[in-house]
Amino acid sequence: MNLTSAEFIITVIVLAVLYYIVPKKAQWPLLLVGSLGFYYVAGRSYKELIAHPSCPPQMIYILVTFVTAFICAYVMGRIDGKAKEYLAANKGTISKEEKKAFKAKAKSRKWAVLLIGLIIALGLLCVTKYTNFVIANINSFLKEGSRIKPLNIIVPAAISYYTFQTCSYVIDVYRGKTEPQKNPFKLLLFVTFFPLLVQGPICRYDDLAPTLFGGHKLEECNISQGLTRIIWGFFKKMVVANRLAPVVIALAADTNSYRGTFVFILMLFYAFDLYCDFTGGIDITIGIARVFGINVAENFNLPYFSKNIKEYWNHWHITMGTWFTDYIFYPVSVCGPMLKLSKWSREHLGQKVGKRVTVYLSSLLVWFTTGLWHGAAWNFIVWGLMNYVVIMISQELEPLYAKFHSKVKIKNTIGYGIFEIVRTILLMSMIRMFDVYRNVPLTFKMVGTMFTKVNLRIFTDGSLLNIGLTKPDYIVLLASFAIILTVSIIKARKGYVFKKETFAVRHFLLAVLLIAIVVFGAYGVGYDSTQFIYNQF
Amino acid sequence: MKRKIIASVLISAFLIAGLWFAQRLLMPKYQGQIVEGAMIEEYYDETTDHDVIFIGDCEVYENFSTMKLWEEYGITSYIRGSSQQLVWQSYYLLEETLKYEKPKVVVFNVLSLKYDKPQKEAYNRMTLDGMKWSMSKYNDIKASMTEEENMLDYMFPILRYHSRWSELEKADFEHFFEKDKVTHNGYYMRVDIRPQGEFPEPMPLDDYSFGDNAMKYLDMMTKLCKDNGIELVLIKAPTEYPYWYEQWDEQMVDYADRNGLRYINMIPLQDEIGLDMSVDTYDAGLHLNLTGAEKLSTWFGKYLVDNFGLEDHRNDPKYTKVYDDKLDFYYKMIEEQKDQLEE
Repeated sequence: MNLTSAEFIITVIVLAVLYYIVPKKAQWPLLLVGSLGFYYVAGRSYKELIAHPSCPPQMIYILVTFVTAFICAYVMGRIDGKAKEYLAANKGTISKEEKKAFKAKAKSRKWAVLLIGLIIALGLLCVTKYTNFVIANINSFLKEGSRIKPLNIIVPAAISYYTFQTCSYVIDVYRGKTEPQKNPFKLLLFVTFFPLLVQGPICRYDDLAPTLFGGHKLEECNISQGLTRIIWGFFKKMVVANRLAPVVIALAADTNSYRGTFVFILMLFYAFDLYCDFTGGIDITIGIARVFGINVAENFNLPYFSKNIKEYWNHWHITMGTWFTDYIFYPVSVCGPMLKLSKWSREHLGQKVGKRVTVYLSSLLVWFTTGLWHGAAWNFIVWGLMNYVVIMISQELEPLYAKFHSKVKIKNTIGYGIFEIVRTILLMSMIRMFDVYRNVPLTFKMVGTMFTKVNLRIFTDGSLLNIGLTKPDYIVLLASFAIILTVSIIKARKGYVFKKETFAVRHFLLAVLLIAIVVFGAYGVGYDSTQFIYNQF
Repeated sequence: MKRKIIASVLISAFLIAGLWFAQRLLMPKYQGQIVEGAMIEEYYDETTDHDVIFIGDCEVYENFSTMKLWEEYGITSYIRGSSQQLVWQSYYLLEETLKYEKPKVVVFNVLSLKYDKPQKEAYNRMTLDGMKWSMSKYNDIKASMTEEENMLDYMFPILRYHSRWSELEKADFEHFFEKDKVTHNGYYMRVDIRPQGEFPEPMPLDDYSFGDNAMKYLDMMTKLCKDNGIELVLIKAPTEYPYWYEQWDEQMVDYADRNGLRYINMIPLQDEIGLDMSVDTYDAGLHLNLTGAEKLSTWFGKYLVDNFGLEDHRNDPKYTKVYDDKLDFYYKMIEEQKDQLEE
């Protein structure tokens, strides 16, 4: 089931109506039932459901992840509770050292529990998502006949999202940041909350819990804001992303015909396609949650207005970025071996180089796992590493930039600002070509042709009308681009789009947008590219 | 709050009106080269009832001239047919028709029994879009949908036709409110001639039995007619292609016998009817042209009068005014088509 399918829309409407009919206490259980139902049918056709009504394997994976998280958090909570009780009962009788030793013992027990929990949850993710990738790589070294047979495993829907979300909860409980949830059903709702199971965002328990479990009365602002986000998301997804997706696939598939300047066109199309697909999907997710009175973390903040890659990554897929920072970068940076390495490198390589070693290594790990998280393939890993390389190089070049700007006073001009934005977009789009071609050598080769086989004639000889887009399609895309850009500029300047407009103007514009989606959307018979790109992760 | 409620109502009305307008504009009008999609809805403009209802595919709506039946015998008739109309579509169209009137005779062309499953979305649309909403239409859609179709697209056709915004023609605006009539009580007229040629040899089939689904709907049709005291006549139109296998014919003879129905295979009766397929067809023998349809109607009208004692309504003022206008339109179209041919 995808976010723009009729079945999904109808399910959400029915659920929302019931949500506000039932007593407030029954709202979160209703969401739980709806979420489990959604996950049960997700990705399965009606015929499949009828033929195989039993619990699908993907349901078992999510339940195992939940049970693991619940038990681990519960046990860690018990350890904490008992430790507090013991320390309170023996407040005056034990020494400082004994107290410290007792706390360390409790922490190490919690660490063991956490480790078991993470091994199970991440183990499921790794086994289902990466086993065949590992086998394929091993097989590339083996002779035919001695090769290992790939496992017949289907990657469970949304496993990357719910695993990360669950891990963050367990780690936060371990760190004492989050109180363990005593009600297993509430935790199950946190793990399975249906809008998040399509393509995130990866929410933290403490952020989501207050509105997820609390009762909500029907409020005009929630419905209105929710619908605004949903319709805006639909516009981006159905009018732009669905229209561009088949063209992107066609251009990427025929590498003999579409080289040189076509690759540049493909790069721009994919940048626009991915932006509208991913941000559109997140808008729909956040909007749906808002309709239910639930606040979901923002995942984007005008990423294409970023002036450098680092800033871009602070504004794109924010919840994933902060997850890697909080749960990989920082723990790795301050772990024992890394501190030892830091000390050693400062002593042997000097302060300047030494202080960079741990940051570089931790960042390398973060970008390697970020790439791997996106997919079990080398193109994703290289994509992650390319981001790493570009970020590190620009960080190293910062003093040079500063020197340049101290001599040439253009930094605060509009022209230079636009240059920085365009540079960042082009750089990010170029790195993203690993995602487009899904083959590392081919990506290098095709991106190379962008510079070696320039053919500007394709802009005038009608070639661009033979790639699956008609003149009216281009008009729709340009108009959509203008609308999205205008809305983004308003948001960047004011911080909001609609806030001060009157109720009537806002909803009139939404009605116009809705009609535009219905008429100009790329959907229905003949369109099959309606699935979200980030749904695969 | 009051202002918000008023604004909500007005914006909702604007939204509904906007979507309605867009849907109306974007739905195909079938007023140009392809008119078959406009046939089904013309029935609802009828002001008088009919003694005979024909149901079926192109072998009825192109082969029987309802105006000839009126002119020669005073028989009031209507053809509820459309392109590749499948047997369940014929059943539900008949079921719907019986909500409006009770004919004395229903004539069903059996060629569509060869299809046991839904076929093509384009044909489904031409049959189903024109039907008024009722349980018959709902069930008809359910029975007709191919795997790629869904009910929502039928309930809100804009979801299916939205992409036509880039193909809109003058006719879409001209016929926004009203369409021109394209048939004569369901009869689709063609005056041009293209003599019958050689047909390909019939392919042997693995199984000549009609499918269970198709036969189920024929049974339902038989029961529907019996329950309503209507004579059901099964026919196979006189055109020879698509091929009508002997084995199929035998099954029909057997079915008619078992159910006490009349079945007429008109293919061997071409000479008796007076058909000359070198001049009576407009598409090399697949369908009859005007002269062919008139000859067939003259022959079949006599059969209807002889066997069912249908009343001659030519002196009944309830019908004469209506049919005078219909005949004017009929002859006007004949002249127009002939003029076009001469051009």
